[in-house]
Amino acid sequence: MTATSLAAADGGLPPAAAAHADPAAEPFATAPSRAARLLRSPSFMVGAVIVLFWVFCAVFGPLVVPHDPYGDDLLNTLAPPSAAHWFGTDQIGRDIFSRVIVGARPILSVAPLATLVATVAGTTLGLLTGYVGGWLDSLIGRLIEVLLALPLIVVALLVLVALGPSSSTVIGVIGIIFTPLIARTVRSAVLSERSLDYVSAAELRGEGALHIMFVEILPNVLPPILVETTVRLGYAIFTVASLSFLGFGIQPPSADWGLAISENYGMMTGGYWWTVSFAAAATASLVVGVNLVADGVQAVFE
Amino acid sequence: MTAPKSTPALELRDLSVAYRTGGVELPVLRGVSFAIAPGETYGLVGESGCGKSTAAFAALRALARNGAISGGRVLVDGQDITNLDPAGLRQLRLSKVSMVYQDPGRALNPSMTVGRQIAEVYEAAGTRRADALARAEAMLAKVRIPGTGRVMTAFPHQLSGGMQQRVVIAMALAKNPTLLVLDEPTTGLDATVEAEVLDLIVALKGEFATSVLFISHNLAIIERMCDRIGVLYAGSLVEEGPGAELLSRPLHPYTMRLLRCLPAAGRRKSDGRLDTIPGFLPPLGSIQTGCVFAPRCDFADAVCRTVAPPPVRIGGQTARCHHIDLATTLRRAGPEAAVPAPPTVSSDARPALQVDGVSKTFRVGPHALRAVSDVSLTLLTGETLGLVGESGSGKTTLARLLLGLTAPDAGGTIELDGQKVAGQAKRRSRADQKALQIVFQNPDSALNRSHTVRHLIERSLSRLAGLFGHKRAERLAALVSAVRLTDRHLPMRPRQLSGGLKQRVAIARAFAGDPRVVICDEPTSALDVSVQAAILNLLAELQGGAGVSYVFISHDLGVVRYLSDRIAVLYLGRIMEIGPAEDVFNGPHHPYTEALLSAVPDLADRHRGDKRIRLSGEMPSPLAPPPGCVFNSRCPRKMGAICETEEPTMHTDTGHAIRCHLPQDALGRRGGPPPPERAASRSHAAVPA
Repeated sequence: MTATSLAAADGGLPPAAAAHADPAAEPFATAPSRAARLLRSPSFMVGAVIVLFWVFCAVFGPLVVPHDPYGDDLLNTLAPPSAAHWFGTDQIGRDIFSRVIVGARPILSVAPLATLVATVAGTTLGLLTGYVGGWLDSLIGRLIEVLLALPLIVVALLVLVALGPSSSTVIGVIGIIFTPLIARTVRSAVLSERSLDYVSAAELRGEGALHIMFVEILPNVLPPILVETTVRLGYAIFTVASLSFLGFGIQPPSADWGLAISENYGMMTGGYWWTVSFAAAATASLVVGVNLVADGVQAVFE
Repeated sequence: MTAPKSTPALELRDLSVAYRTGGVELPVLRGVSFAIAPGETYGLVGESGCGKSTAAFAALRALARNGAISGGRVLVDGQDITNLDPAGLRQLRLSKVSMVYQDPGRALNPSMTVGRQIAEVYEAAGTRRADALARAEAMLAKVRIPGTGRVMTAFPHQLSGGMQQRVVIAMALAKNPTLLVLDEPTTGLDATVEAEVLDLIVALKGEFATSVLFISHNLAIIERMCDRIGVLYAGSLVEEGPGAELLSRPLHPYTMRLLRCLPAAGRRKSDGRLDTIPGFLPPLGSIQTGCVFAPRCDFADAVCRTVAPPPVRIGGQTARCHHIDLATTLRRAGPEAAVPAPPTVSSDARPALQVDGVSKTFRVGPHALRAVSDVSLTLLTGETLGLVGESGSGKTTLARLLLGLTAPDAGGTIELDGQKVAGQAKRRSRADQKALQIVFQNPDSALNRSHTVRHLIERSLSRLAGLFGHKRAERLAALVSAVRLTDRHLPMRPRQLSGGLKQRVAIARAFAGDPRVVICDEPTSALDVSVQAAILNLLAELQGGAGVSYVFISHDLGVVRYLSDRIAVLYLGRIMEIGPAEDVFNGPHHPYTEALLSAVPDLADRHRGDKRIRLSGEMPSPLAPPPGCVFNSRCPRKMGAICETEEPTMHTDTGHAIRCHLPQDALGRRGGPPPPERAASRSHAAVPA
């Protein structure tokens, strides 16, 4: 009755213990990891390529563009696409191709930061309401419902009118607007975790509420948070572009896409389609790319 | 080969089934052959993952989407269904085969009335709607459902688990099938309900002349229900034969070891360790050559590892083993003499835990639900108290009260070593917190899946024992070896461990702070028989070493008896009986205890025959417990009016207390006369013994 003989009673890793067949002849041992499944998902891969392209543009755009995106050329305004200006030029002769490339930077800094704000705030609120429950849950739950009932763009506009448009205000406003959505997702995930015995076991060890929420429960609700965050990022990009288009977001002379559409859409009727179309297509491709990534993440993590 | 008159209802010929996952074929069944004669009940036993359910689904051609028959044939009533087209398959399922699943709550459509669901079966066969409903009601009567009219219009959630399973059985039998497949039909039910459902199946089998494929992990139930038994191990049928012979004279080493893992009736922890089966069920498809049991078998030699054993026939039994002649000499797992018997509780032991008048009332809307009512008990140092009762009896609520996970009603007290402890765990001192710990039923739920084994145990050592640094590392090493884990398990996460290993981690965690009392809430009910034995051995051993007391909750009376020094029987939140384990088992015992004991099929107690006691009706709702003695509505020994008006007190004069109006000598005892028929006891005031 040695320790090892007893350990063998049901000890050891199942795959390692029993097989007397050649272990190398076990091609089925483990299910593929989540990362491997993500890399095999076509929608994730296509989306990732699109998003990474725009991220590259946002980071290195100013270094690689053929023309100065802010430099005007009043002798060459509203030139159609050509070898010299692939996407043509705008009303004051700026190179649209260069502006589209550089324009990835403002939207790809504002939208992810806004999503991050919403994720951190929403996760905290979701953990609090889901774990603590009681009156706190009722109070925050009602507040969340009120926020969700308000039309998103209108609230954002009101706040921006009151505070004046700036990138940090846009980040804050979109962050606050998206917080309830993430909080709601996190709360429902926390509720199903809270009923599991490991939470009782932690309470029996005398763990505090903060430890239980952030060390015990949080790691187990990360997958739904990740899914919700990628979905929200797509919406955030769309919202940032909308606010810029309405003139309350990113301000001139930035090369921002929404701003470019807003500045030039009056020219469409004159046949100067290139002033708007390329910025619009860039916005659309980024939103589609993020949504494809979100689809892939959702399929793997849910 | 088959005479026309005795065409088997089901025949599997060298059947192989494989599942495809991640582009790889996993063989789940390999070369399984057996036949079920008309009217015969065939039992398929085996531990989880051995392919029982796959065999059932293959017999109905209802395999999961990624499963396929990769070899051999399936014949139902002589018809080869291996390659049947969808229309033929539909015809087959319409008329010849039906299935009863483990969980009736999920087998029934929650949005349809019971009547409609049964009527559908008839309508599918072409009966008119009105006739179908009438026949459905007649079918409900056949499965002994009282008040069929009411049940016809009820929705499934309005019925108890036992009633739901009867409805599923009614649906399955409605088409008068040639073959009925029962996949663990009573596993989710309480012992007394299980006994009733099994009785019903036996009776219906006689009426319908149906052949039955009965799948269960419970050997005692299989033994009671089945004419022939097949033992599955790792996808191979290692042994089959007539039920009684196979279980009394098993030929295959696996069958033999499986039988020895069960705590035999009357076996106690002081009698020594339980046998276990060393090693693991091999992963699917890992054993390509030789005998599937060879890695865990005592007799395995070079031949066993290279040559698949042929079926060997002895009498009516067939076993696939190269060493059938040796099987009968199979020795025990460990030398018994080397095992230190756990010390029995010394007579001067002090009480570790004293519970006095503890109650718990939940509010359900405007109603008060008394889940635990005025419970008092004492637990001595080093003692195990078994807590028995059906679901809804308040076992788990009582455990949560002791732990402080649920706050008790005002009034009662819980004392630890003579010191009163706070009602809620978070108000308790660290000393009290570490003194009272729990091993939960389901380790998947109890262990945080995000943390490593090392983190799980270390955190408890820091919080409960206050250890850090190298002192914690020393204690961790000691604890890990005490629960028979090894260092290589430490960096793993729970999902990488088998069920038994997970439970060992949970036990290590509970013992981290040198507890005084550990509550074991059904710690082995999620485990297979062979793993259960290992965990029970471990619990007994740890108790002997640490002098810790256990409150051991289980619905398995054999397990409770093995580990417990004293036993408390709960019914509707009240202790109906408490006393030394042997006295509770041998009697005189409370009529409820008597019924519980009688309901459990027991391998060692084969010839109890028709002496079984069946409780009538269902457990009353705890929202409205019956007046007087709460058991009076189901009691087979009810005396008369006094039972309905006055709550009996506990006879506490001896160490064995029973909450019953009957005098001691009128109570049932083991081997004593059974209670009279319930109808007779109603008309007379008192029942003489």
